[in-house]
Amino acid sequence: MWFFKCPEFYFGPDALSHLETLQGQRAFIVTDANIAQLGYVETVQERLTTAGIESRVFAEVEPDPSLQTARRGAAAMLDYQPDWIIGLGGGSSMDAAEAMWILYEHPGLDPASISPVVDLGLRQKARFITIPTTAGTGSEANYAVILTDTEEQRKLTLGTREATPDLAIVDPYFTLNLPRQITADTGIDVLTHAIEAYTCTWRNDFTDGLCLQAARLVFTYLPRAVAHGAADEEAREKMANAASIAGITLGNSSVALAHALGHSAGAHFKQLPHGRITALFLPYTIEFNANNGDGRYQDIAHALHLPAEDEQTAADSVAQAVRNLMRAIGLPLTLQEAGVSAAEFEAALPPMVAKTDIDANTMMSSRIPETEEIEKLLRCAYTGAPVDF
Amino acid sequence: MAIPFATDEWIKALQAELNNSDAYNKAAATWEGDFYFIVERGADANAYLYLDLWHGKARDAYAVIEPQSLSPAFELSAPVDIWQKVLGKKIDPIRGIMTRQLKLKGNMMKVMKAPKAAIEMVNCATMVPTDWA
Repeated sequence: MWFFKCPEFYFGPDALSHLETLQGQRAFIVTDANIAQLGYVETVQERLTTAGIESRVFAEVEPDPSLQTARRGAAAMLDYQPDWIIGLGGGSSMDAAEAMWILYEHPGLDPASISPVVDLGLRQKARFITIPTTAGTGSEANYAVILTDTEEQRKLTLGTREATPDLAIVDPYFTLNLPRQITADTGIDVLTHAIEAYTCTWRNDFTDGLCLQAARLVFTYLPRAVAHGAADEEAREKMANAASIAGITLGNSSVALAHALGHSAGAHFKQLPHGRITALFLPYTIEFNANNGDGRYQDIAHALHLPAEDEQTAADSVAQAVRNLMRAIGLPLTLQEAGVSAAEFEAALPPMVAKTDIDANTMMSSRIPETEEIEKLLRCAYTGAPVDF
Repeated sequence: MAIPFATDEWIKALQAELNNSDAYNKAAATWEGDFYFIVERGADANAYLYLDLWHGKARDAYAVIEPQSLSPAFELSAPVDIWQKVLGKKIDPIRGIMTRQLKLKGNMMKVMKAPKAAIEMVNCATMVPTDWA
């Protein structure tokens, strides 16, 4: 028995106009300072005004949003009493908005207790809309939240399926002018989500088709989006859709070893964005899985029209295709190429191995590595050596 | 010879397997928290199995006659058939918790952060010859 849950989506050009049909009194928009400067908040507010809905803005979300920010936002919501919460931005803003919403509905709640097994009875005060401005983390499509408790210096991974957004508005207007590097870094994350959700142990019939479609869209449209930017509206639209589709698979299947390695490495090499560092590990984990006969790469290779006579050939061709794509969009294929020095790598290696070893996402991998194999994978990812174990 | 499930003998056999397992010892090296494993038996009274887990070892294990006598950090309960599926590796324990086939009381995020320990515990449980009748 498993489950499948996702928001109601409005997608494509002018999807934002759906806000004009909302019923409600007051909307609380959660975003960051950059988004506010781009004028996107006013664009959203105009649509809400058309619907007769007032709005207030909280534009203080930081990258890696903190519990403390979530509490401040929730306090502002309690003051304003909105009936719609809107998370507008990248993953950080959408995650922060979700956390604030939960704390607004339950002011005394210990955030650490938010989990899939606790019924919160949300939606007594407000409902939740996500509007992504990258393509992307897929956070608009699922309920997982990561906050940093800056006082206790710890990460909180929170989530309850009740907090799946009510609406997700995926309008390519917001990603049309995304800078080239961000387009590449966030776009490749979509592919990692799709491939890992297809091959991990939590894969299922409901997400399989979505994973393959998201992967197809990325291979076709990400190079165009990176190369042509706003001049290629179709590529922007398709990548926005791909990100949400992969976000659905992320919430209803899982990610796996590439994400575990990416999380542990990313904690040390903070200069490398999440999408870039996680995708860097993807080809190596494909090879690792395939060396043990695991992975379902023939299906992926077929979907991408790559050589696929058998699993090993398919895995090799998928891994190479990922590398070719990363090259085409200017992303590094090794940690060394990404600018990590040998000294930095060796210093970080033991904690990276330890963190990956206990990461829940490692356990979702179709082939779970032994501790020694994690170290070997990290070394391969540093130098580009083939994964032959 | 198979040991009847949900008995004092069974949980003590699991304790022995856990303490003999290098893999469990390593995976649960930082784990702190004791459990009630509650076996729901329909019309019959539930069986309560206590397991005290600390830093990779099972310090104590026994069937509990008076459940109110202890307040373990975690309670994990399910009907017999679900336990059989979990220990037969037909249900991933974390997925079982997320779908509420296994009902967890306690800090779920702590459990979610110890999936390797959970997997190794299930591996140890499969080493106990079990009579499910």
